[in-house]
Amino acid sequence: MVTTALFFIFAGLAIACAISLVYHKNPLYSAISLVGVFIALSCIYVTLAAPFIAAVQILIYAGAIMVLVVFVIMLLNLDDDKPLNRLRYLYAVGAGLGLILLAQTFFVFYAVMRSPKQAVNTDETVGKTLNIGSAMYTEYLLPVEIVGILLLMAIIGGVILARRFEPTKLELVVNNELERRNEQEIEDEYRIRL
Amino acid sequence: MEPSLATYLALSGILFTIGAVGVIFKRNALGMFMCIELMLNAVNLTFVAFSRYYADVTGQLFVFMVMSVAAAEAAVGLGIIIAFFRNRLSIDTDDASILKN
Amino acid sequence: MEAIVKTIFPVAVISVGIFLAFQGVLMIVAYTVLAERKVLGWIQGRIGPNRVGWWGVLQPFADLFKFIFKEDIVPDKSTKFVYYLAPIVALTCALLPIVVYPFGPAITTIDWGFLPYNLGDNIRQLPMTIAQIDVGVLFVLGITSVGVYGIALAGWSSNNKYSLMGGLRSSAQLISYELAMGASVIGVVMLAGTLDLNGIIFAQINSPFGWFIIPQFIGFVVFLIAAFAETNRVPFDLPEAETELVAGFHTEYSALKFALFFMAEYVNMFTVSVMVTVLFLGGWYIPGLSYIFEVGSIPYALFSHIGFIGKICAFLFFYIWIRGTLPRFRFDQLMNFGWKFLLPLALANVIFTILIVYFLNR
Repeated sequence: MVTTALFFIFAGLAIACAISLVYHKNPLYSAISLVGVFIALSCIYVTLAAPFIAAVQILIYAGAIMVLVVFVIMLLNLDDDKPLNRLRYLYAVGAGLGLILLAQTFFVFYAVMRSPKQAVNTDETVGKTLNIGSAMYTEYLLPVEIVGILLLMAIIGGVILARRFEPTKLELVVNNELERRNEQEIEDEYRIRL
Repeated sequence: MEPSLATYLALSGILFTIGAVGVIFKRNALGMFMCIELMLNAVNLTFVAFSRYYADVTGQLFVFMVMSVAAAEAAVGLGIIIAFFRNRLSIDTDDASILKN
Repeated sequence: MEAIVKTIFPVAVISVGIFLAFQGVLMIVAYTVLAERKVLGWIQGRIGPNRVGWWGVLQPFADLFKFIFKEDIVPDKSTKFVYYLAPIVALTCALLPIVVYPFGPAITTIDWGFLPYNLGDNIRQLPMTIAQIDVGVLFVLGITSVGVYGIALAGWSSNNKYSLMGGLRSSAQLISYELAMGASVIGVVMLAGTLDLNGIIFAQINSPFGWFIIPQFIGFVVFLIAAFAETNRVPFDLPEAETELVAGFHTEYSALKFALFFMAEYVNMFTVSVMVTVLFLGGWYIPGLSYIFEVGSIPYALFSHIGFIGKICAFLFFYIWIRGTLPRFRFDQLMNFGWKFLLPLALANVIFTILIVYFLNR
C-alpha cells in the first residue's frame, strides 16, 4: 500500500519534470527538471528494492553528469532556445513519433496486464551491494572490462576534443624565432660593416 | 500491495516517449543531449523493474553498464558541444551546416 | 485500530529519532560557528565574541535573531524561482546525510513486552542510526555531490558576474575533488568489504590493523584535503573568495537565505568530519572500553557517543585551525593540485590496498 502510494507520487513527479524538461526553452531550467527526474527515479528504485542502483543513480547522473551539463551551460552563458526556423516539418514528425510510441506503450501495458499474473518475487537481497559486486566480478567480468576500456576511450576523447590548440602560442614562438634571426642578421651586418 | 510490472513499464514508456519527442523538438544540442539521457533512464527503469520481478541481478548490472555508457557519452558529447561552440558561437544544431553546400 | 497503531508506531519512533538527531547536530553546528569565531580570535590575538551571555555562549542565538530580522533583499533582475530554490537545495542536501550517521553502538533495552499489540517485539536492540541502509557511503557521497547545485544555481540566478564566477568555480572544483575523494574511499571499502557505515566501524573493530588510518594513511590524507575542497573551506574557498569576488556565489543573498547557505556550509563541515571519523578513525569505537562496560549497556553507549563527538570536534577544530593558518590557493594551482597530484595519489593508494587485501586473503 505504502509502496504503491510512493510509486504514484514519484511517477507523477518524474513525468511532470520530464514534460518541463521538454517544455522549457532555457537550457538551465531543462537541466534542473532533468535532475528532478533523476531523483524521482532514484526514489522509485528504492521502492523496487535496488538501493545500490538508487545511490549510484544519484551519484553518477545527478552528481556528475548533470553537474557537468550545468557547468557547460553556465560557462557558455547560453540564450534561450530559438524556435524551429527552417525545419518546421519536424513538429509533425515529432508529434507522429510521440503518438506511435504512446500507442505502443499502452499496447505493452495492456498486453502485460492481460498476461497471467506474475507473482512478485519477494526476495529483497537481489539489489544488495554484495550480490551486485559478486555478479559483476564473476559472471559479467568481460562486459565490465569492456566498459572500463570504453570509459578510458571517453576520457582520452574528451581531453582531445576540449583541448584548445593555441595558435597564439605558436605565433609567439615563430615571432621570437624571427626576431632572433633578425637580430643575428643585424649583428652580422654590423660586423660586416665594421 | 505493490504496483504491478505493467505499471512500471507504462511509466517507462511514457518517459521514453517524452524523451524521444524532446529530441526532435529541441533545437539546442544540450537540450537534445538531456532528452537522450531521459530516454536512457526510461530504459533503466524497465531493467530494474524486470530485475525486481524475476529476482535476477542481471537487470541491475545492465543499468550499471548503461550508466557508464551515459557517463562516457557525457564526456565526449560535452567536449563536442564546447568545440562546436568555439567555432560557431552557438550550439544550435541548425548552425551545424558547414558541409551542406 | 490495531492496524492503525501498528502503522503509526514505527513512524512515531523514527520521527522522535529524527527530531533528536537533527536537534543535536544543529546545536553542535551552531556552537561550531561560535567556536570558529573564538578560536580565530585567539589565533589572531583577539578575544572573540564575549558580550552575549557568559563567555559569549548565547552568541549563536543572537546571530540567528539578527538573520531573521534583517531586511530580505531580492535582486530585481534575478531569476526568481531558481534564486529561491538554491538555498533550499543547499541546506536540504547538507542535512539529509544525518539519517545514516552511526551515532553509537546499539543499546540492549528493557523488555517492551508490556506494550499492546506486540509493538515492542522488534526493539530489544535499539540502533543509534536512523536508517541502517546498505549503501551508506554512496548515499553520503551522492547527496553531498547534489549539494553543489545549490551553489551553482545561486551563482547563476543572482544575475551578478561575481556570483556567476563563484558558481562556476565551485562546480569545477567540486567535480575535480569528488574524484579524488571517491578514489580515497575505495581503499577503506575494500578493506572493510561493505558500504554500510556501521559495518565499516565493525570491520575496524575486528581488523588486524586497528583503525583504518594505519593501513590507509595516504587515503586519509587525500580524503582530508578533498574534504576541505568539497566544503569550500580555506585554503580552497575560491567560490567565495572575498578579495576577488566580493562574496562569491552568495553576494546577492541576505537575511535568512544567506543564513541557509551559512548553515549548509557548517553542516557540510560536520558531515565531512563524521565521514573521516567513521572511515578512518573507528567511528564511535574506543579501544578497551568493552573491558570496562558490558557491550550494549547504556554507559558503554554513552561513552561511545562521547568518543564519537570528541573525534568529530577534533576535526572541526582542525578545520578552524587551518582557516587561521593557511592562505588561499590560486585557481589554476587548485586545479593542478587536484588533477595532477591528489588523483594519482589516490589511485596509487587503491592499487596498494588491492595488494594488501590480496595478500591478506591468500
